[in-house]
Amino acid sequence: MNLLDVNNLRVNFGTPDGYVTAVNNLNFSLAQGETLGIVGESGSGKSQTAFALMGLLAKNGLVEGEALFEGKNILGYNEKAMNRVRAEKIAMIFQDPMTSLNPYMKVGKQLMEVLMLHKGYSKADAFEASVKMLDAVKMPEARKRMNMYPHEFSGGMRQRVMIAMALLCQPKLLIADEPTTALDVTVQAQILTLLNELKDEFNTAIIMITHDLGVVAGLCDKVLVMYAGRTMEYGETSDVFYRPTHPYTKGLLEAIPRLDANDDVLATIPGNPPNLLSLPAGCPFQARCVHVEDRCRKEAPNLEEYQQGKLRACHKPIDFGVAS
Amino acid sequence: MSLDQNNQTSDKKLLMDVKDLKVHFNIKKDNALPWSKGQTLKAVDGVSLSIYEGETLGIVGESGCGKSTLARALLRLLPITEGHVVWLGQDLTQLDKKQMRDKRQELQMIFQDPLASLNPRMTVGEIIAEPLKTFHPSLSKEEVRDKVKSIMTRVGLLPNVINRYPHEFSGGQCQRIGIARALILKPKLIVCDEPVSALDVSIQAQVVNLLKELQAEMGLSLVFIAHDLSVVKHISDRVLVMYLGNAVELADKESLYAKPTHPYTRALLSAVPIPDPDLERKKKVQLLVGDLPSPINPPSGCVFRTRCPHANENCAQSKPVLSPIETNHMAACIRLEDIA
Repeated sequence: MNLLDVNNLRVNFGTPDGYVTAVNNLNFSLAQGETLGIVGESGSGKSQTAFALMGLLAKNGLVEGEALFEGKNILGYNEKAMNRVRAEKIAMIFQDPMTSLNPYMKVGKQLMEVLMLHKGYSKADAFEASVKMLDAVKMPEARKRMNMYPHEFSGGMRQRVMIAMALLCQPKLLIADEPTTALDVTVQAQILTLLNELKDEFNTAIIMITHDLGVVAGLCDKVLVMYAGRTMEYGETSDVFYRPTHPYTKGLLEAIPRLDANDDVLATIPGNPPNLLSLPAGCPFQARCVHVEDRCRKEAPNLEEYQQGKLRACHKPIDFGVAS
Repeated sequence: MSLDQNNQTSDKKLLMDVKDLKVHFNIKKDNALPWSKGQTLKAVDGVSLSIYEGETLGIVGESGCGKSTLARALLRLLPITEGHVVWLGQDLTQLDKKQMRDKRQELQMIFQDPLASLNPRMTVGEIIAEPLKTFHPSLSKEEVRDKVKSIMTRVGLLPNVINRYPHEFSGGQCQRIGIARALILKPKLIVCDEPVSALDVSIQAQVVNLLKELQAEMGLSLVFIAHDLSVVKHISDRVLVMYLGNAVELADKESLYAKPTHPYTRALLSAVPIPDPDLERKKKVQLLVGDLPSPINPPSGCVFRTRCPHANENCAQSKPVLSPIETNHMAACIRLEDIA
């Protein structure tokens, strides 16, 4: 059985200008110990997917569909039941480690609180377990740092605290929403190495939300490419990177300047991402797609499994091995 | 000049020559007593570089390395503590306010946050026209409008959006407005401070290509500051790597990326994720230990020694200066022979 099955997930927001569909019919599943990368640009709905799963949507957000975690639909849970799921089963780390830690509380207390609330640990046990976890995320002088406030830590160290906190209850699933975007590359490398080690050590499934395809390449087993709230392509990491069949995925991969290449002009995707308030009929990517045809303007392509384990939503995919 | 002896590009015209530039800030702790002495934050601590006509100098480094401070100091947008910025033979640090203002026609800047750097209460046309109105008040309304429209077309904005306000545009388009504003006076040098960091990948490629085209067309020199080493590799001719207010390596792009010499540059380059699953998983990352030291109390000698895997006791003695290793490649490290 899969750890997580997401079926027809939709997230709508009521705004003064009308309904915005941030996530539109998302389907994916995740097995124990697997890592899924969700990539997309700003506004593609990748973060809202994570918030929907954790029950953290803004007040005007409305979620439809189901998310079966160990067979139970967690989307229908009330606050109390959801609080048991959070941290114990599913934990989340956020993009900005400063705003997600409480600035008034010592780091140690914030860590211990998790164990005392969820696991009923005594203060002394919680302290020792927290120190152990800080050691596990390679925090130097962990014991001393339990007594410090978040502002006394650097960005990378704060993110380590967040990761330690997320792992305290040994969750089955860790959702990481752009965990390294706010960090420098050398610090990012430290955190990614750490996540890779922890993944093996705790056998945690990870959903890695990022816009950086390099991060996905190093960490994820599978990739889901999102655009304007929809899945464009889904498959094994190596398939998506080496044999992208959706024009958007291909464009995205070509638009990244790479350290291992010497190209003079970057390939670009023309135009701008669409406004979610006034999406065109048909495929959301049509205005920027080089392969667009009449059909793309009329009907939105369905997400289809075109090969075992590979899904895409496109009328005019780029096919490998077929002369075009 | 030791910097030029080793430089083949010196047959090109030298535009800006920066000598031992220092920008220090006096700061006081929040809870300090009024009579207590402040501390000195050394944001840029002795950087020398030259910028030639038509080239792009990339400046890379992580947060807090002083790259933005350096950029602003080049245009004297910040008080310079020590050193000289020589622009076409004239020392900018010696000019008074009015003289400096005239020089700004030739020196323009593009900022990181595209929306925050545009006045929300001015239309696109007014924003782009403002430099023209300041420096050429004699131009008629029609002339200004024509110039604005032609520059808008050039940077890929439709001229019919001239009466719209910045909030009606996306990030990438706002950055195009910023570029148009910088270009309208036909400057010789544009300092770009993280111009694409706030943009999505697909938009970032558009803006980078635009800058490259404009440069080729107008013979501009660019100082391109970014923390993304791949973008810098793409756009620059020469690259300067900074760490904690100091220049650690300065070299031609090809040379720097093929043979990074300074231990910090090596660590920095190895940390960049490659969007290729096989390469990325095989890659050996040189993880740096510890955190960036405070620029208020930087380590003695080489500022990188506290995190350098090759540091020994000599590194604490004196500050290494950029010295030539081969043609157009300089690094500031005393242990280069031992670690090569």
